[in-house]
Amino acid sequence: MTKSDNYIKIFYISQLTERIVIAMRTKKITPWLYIGPATFLLFFFLVYPSINTAYISFFNYNSEKFVGIKNYLYCFTNEIMLNSFRNNTLWVIVFVPLTVFLGLIIAVLADRVKYESIVKSVIFMPMAISFVGAGVIWKFVYAYRPASAAQTGILNAFRSFLNSEPLPWLIEKPWLNNLCLIMVGVWIWTGFCMVILSASYKGIPRELLEAARVDGATEFKIFWKIILPLMKPTLAVVATTMTINVLKVFDIVYVMTNGNFNTEVIANRMYKEMFLFRNFGRASAIAVILLVLIIPMIVINIQRFREQEAIR
Amino acid sequence: MIKKLISMFSSVPLHLVIVTVALIWILPSIGLWLTSFRSPADVAASGWWTVFEHPFSFTCYTLENYQEVIVKIGIGRAFINTLLITIPATIIPILIASFAAYAFAWMQFPGRRLLFVILVGLLVVPLQMTLIPVLRIFNKLGLAGTFPGIWFAHTGYGLPLIIYLLYNFISGLPSELFDSSSIDGATPFQIFIKIVMPLSLPALASVTIFQFLWVWNDLLVALIYLGGTPDVAPLTVRISALVGSYGQDWELLTAAAFVSMALPLILFLGLQRYFVKGILAGSVKG
Repeated sequence: MTKSDNYIKIFYISQLTERIVIAMRTKKITPWLYIGPATFLLFFFLVYPSINTAYISFFNYNSEKFVGIKNYLYCFTNEIMLNSFRNNTLWVIVFVPLTVFLGLIIAVLADRVKYESIVKSVIFMPMAISFVGAGVIWKFVYAYRPASAAQTGILNAFRSFLNSEPLPWLIEKPWLNNLCLIMVGVWIWTGFCMVILSASYKGIPRELLEAARVDGATEFKIFWKIILPLMKPTLAVVATTMTINVLKVFDIVYVMTNGNFNTEVIANRMYKEMFLFRNFGRASAIAVILLVLIIPMIVINIQRFREQEAIR
Repeated sequence: MIKKLISMFSSVPLHLVIVTVALIWILPSIGLWLTSFRSPADVAASGWWTVFEHPFSFTCYTLENYQEVIVKIGIGRAFINTLLITIPATIIPILIASFAAYAFAWMQFPGRRLLFVILVGLLVVPLQMTLIPVLRIFNKLGLAGTFPGIWFAHTGYGLPLIIYLLYNFISGLPSELFDSSSIDGATPFQIFIKIVMPLSLPALASVTIFQFLWVWNDLLVALIYLGGTPDVAPLTVRISALVGSYGQDWELLTAAAFVSMALPLILFLGLQRYFVKGILAGSVKG
């Protein structure tokens, strides 16, 4: 490197600093200083990896050989994968309506008693603990021993109290064990639905309900004809949130059955392909499928944001 | 008087339904809690509800299970690991997100709208889409299996929701605040520190408890970027491993689970108001 090279460098650097100083004086650069770190991290941890994952889903297990759509073909033909799709579908069909419905009913009923806040805290409490903790709690509820031994799981103890045979709740496939896992999810998320729906319910003007009562409408009719229609937008928000959650369900299954006995779900399968089988191609394809299933929710999200902006 | 009695009786089914539901919700947790204080022999011989047959024989309770899991099985170490992960992984993203949310709300720059729409889209991108490429980079940089690695990972994953929630709050502040301060000659940074941050305390409290609980309870991110080594593994990872290896030792599993739940529960009961506010401000993350 010659001396003149260095001079040129210094010249350029000084010019660059001058430009930055001018930009700072005119305050053009300030916003970028504020959003810079966040933007960098978002691109590093979310945007770039997502694009990369979509790309390597067309490659083999160590991303060295292009394999076309082979990984996707595997996902849609492999028996365990098809099983996972079935189970995730079952989760959506059972979990989403149940959490939304229970959340709504509890919100509306608890509004009529004096100890509302205690009841709501109790239902909401599972939101504070981990899915792993919830998994332990419920595995204990479902604990199973042969009929000759004393039952320590409360469900089977209840059954033997009724003189029925104890049931292996988490093993009995394919419906009982999946439904038992879904109930754990319902236990956790109902409180979330209840909190949002309760706020929306309390936003309905009381005079409206009183007027309907004076006109002789039954409570049941008020619920169906007034409360439900008014809460429709909130119900839709809660239902989409629950659908996203349920498509990504992982921890509960990982802790309680690890996908054994036909309880496999998409997210747990992705983890296994990635960490147990080290097949990054297949794992990526599963992740992409998961994203594609969630995309409609992303679109709804962005539309909702646009609507909000329009109101502002 | 009679009317009052009638209305009391007609509301009996209502109370019955609510109390039953609440009992169903809390019974499993009570079972876990009681079992964690019973001796191994008792736990194997009878269900936890049998303690109500002799409600005053306190001698059947023991703290040995806690001693065993915390000291011998290493749940104490895991608790410290979880703390070491959670505290920075809560503070860093909130700091970075506050700056970004303020800029999105009150500064003009090209691409602002587009960036924000991307951010809203990122709110629901499943983490699974990012795990493999990030892990590969982490392996190259030597960040896999380290605390700084997981701090940054949780920062990246937490940012969309935190920025979104703070943006909703900060953009709702009255614009006169900003006009009068900038006339007084305050720089954007001064306005941010002296006006926006103090006014945003309720929103900051909401996102803090949100992010804290999210990181504390996370299993997937820790499994991928930290793994199960006792030096670094948090509670969730250790306990899910225990479920496999100590499957029938309920007195140990329940004690370990309760250790992991105690702090979140205290926080939750103390700050429930802020938690609820955070959820109502538009939660879409799962």
